[in-house]
Amino acid sequence: MTDRKVKIAIIGLGKMGISHLAILNAHPALEVVGVCDTSGIVMEALKQHSAFECFADYKKMVDKVRPEAVLIATPTKLHFEMARFALERGLHVFMEKPFTLNMSQGEELVRLAEARNLVTQVGYHNRFIGVFNEVKRLVDLGALGDVYHFVAESYGPVVTRKKEDTWRSNPSEGGGCLLDYTSHVVDLLQFVLGRVDKVDGSTLKKIYSSSVEDAVYSTLHLDSGISGFLSVNWSDETYRKMSTQLTIIGMSGKLVADAQEMKVYFKTAPAIAGYEKGWNVKYITDLTPGVDFYLRGEEYSAQIDYFARCIQNRNAHGISTFRSALETDRVLNLLRTYPQ
Amino acid sequence: MERILFGDNQFFAVNHLSDEKSRAQAVRFKDDSAIIKVLDTAIDCDINTFMCTTHDRIANICDHIRRNPNQYANFQIYPCMPYAHKYANAVTELGIMGTLKEYMPSSNLLGTLAKGGLAVFKKDFISIMEILVDTEMKMFKGVRTDVIFIQNVITDLILGLGMYDFFRAFSDYVKKKYNAEAGFITMNLPMLHQALEKVGVENPIICASINKVGFRMTGGVELYERTLREKQMRVIAMQVFAAGAIPPKEALEYVCNLPHISSILFGASSRSHIEQNRDLINQYWKKDEAVLV
Repeated sequence: MTDRKVKIAIIGLGKMGISHLAILNAHPALEVVGVCDTSGIVMEALKQHSAFECFADYKKMVDKVRPEAVLIATPTKLHFEMARFALERGLHVFMEKPFTLNMSQGEELVRLAEARNLVTQVGYHNRFIGVFNEVKRLVDLGALGDVYHFVAESYGPVVTRKKEDTWRSNPSEGGGCLLDYTSHVVDLLQFVLGRVDKVDGSTLKKIYSSSVEDAVYSTLHLDSGISGFLSVNWSDETYRKMSTQLTIIGMSGKLVADAQEMKVYFKTAPAIAGYEKGWNVKYITDLTPGVDFYLRGEEYSAQIDYFARCIQNRNAHGISTFRSALETDRVLNLLRTYPQ
Repeated sequence: MERILFGDNQFFAVNHLSDEKSRAQAVRFKDDSAIIKVLDTAIDCDINTFMCTTHDRIANICDHIRRNPNQYANFQIYPCMPYAHKYANAVTELGIMGTLKEYMPSSNLLGTLAKGGLAVFKKDFISIMEILVDTEMKMFKGVRTDVIFIQNVITDLILGLGMYDFFRAFSDYVKKKYNAEAGFITMNLPMLHQALEKVGVENPIICASINKVGFRMTGGVELYERTLREKQMRVIAMQVFAAGAIPPKEALEYVCNLPHISSILFGASSRSHIEQNRDLINQYWKKDEAVLV
């Protein structure tokens, strides 16, 4: 690994973009060489109160500041065109989730990136949460025995009453609970338990929104033969913020985990250090490595740090690449096209 | 600042370890009277400062305080703004402009409407910040608030973006308008202290996670200890129990022996917990060593 700083530019300064920008800017191995957005208000704030070089046109920015990498955090419908532009110029790309709006676009981006051996990453930050990594480790070790069922859930209070439409409520622009919330849960599920083969009994339910689903319920069948339930609802105001939970049941034990804590039950004493027969509880404080800068959660910094290190080491086979995000898009597509 | 500050996470279903415990708390503190009862217990234990987020429900607590001035004569609140999830959920749904439209005051005061609309129109961000501060401060009218805090998600966002002049502007504004000192909550204490130094916020009040195991102490325990030793600041230690990972005795002994700690912030729901923590703090933090400011 080298110590040189990676020059990076960012496109899109919405909620995720601004937060990414702060993390990029605070990272010792990254140098933010340009920021780009079409929204007047955010760019104006940066122009007046920060030292960033600001652009309204991402192509002009890339040509002028010559970054090695870009972070794309624009609305989903713009992902494809922007990522293609960046990859064609040989730039490494970090993209906010979800990946793209249709499979053929996603496939083209994967081909482009792999042909050039470029580093790609999609912002599925659950893959960088300490607790979920421990869940994956236990599953991979076979600690639960033969897994026969899972429940993958996510709930939060995004749309809790009827309201005027925004891009979030437009399915062709990447809005809706399927792309916003469900993408995270499906990605995490495939990260931990493996590839989803088919979906059954899927419901995309409108609750308060008129044009997009607010909840997604389905049965998922994995390649491995395991099946389980998916339950996602972004109109549940009993949650203060997005909360994702995995329950996994096997012949030798059962596990319930969210981003904060994991409870795991073993029928007999497992051959894994730190665990015993019966219930075990592990907390975020035991399982979370420190970061250089903290904003909203260690995982947001950890994923950017990982991206920077992949670029420095030219590792194009990371843990949340365009290829793995395309797998997530594929499942979202199965859910979307399931006959209602 | 008092040596012990009472926190509010337990009232608003914030539990850094467990979503399940969060829900149990949400059930227990469904009614404002349950919150008031615990606050009264804290006061009874000689803890007279309540440090809380500008959650909608705090408005009801403030009403209660105003209705009972004698009972709360020595009591004060340190507001921490904004209640970030309110804005974050709104931004997810409405975008940044939509959220500004939704939350910039428009219905109550004609004056604020004109000032708010104009500030957005002119893209005068210092004025927008001031109006948002005023909006959050409305509920505290008539309640003593000696220190006004920016929540860590905003402090650390501004810090990461390098827009340090907002720290100075906030500090100047709360002094001028509310005769209060500015406080800054952060998960990045060493970096924040440097930034505040750069814009001339001297001897700042910083509230940060400080605990033996280094939980949410960005840069690590050693860097924190060095910064505390070498720099001038007034620190409020929070998350001293690392969300429950460290037993109370061990946790408080560690924090009480660090330099430049002015106060310890903790939340609790029962009299026995409040008393236990208070007694431990008094035991480890002998009076002559206390940094009273």
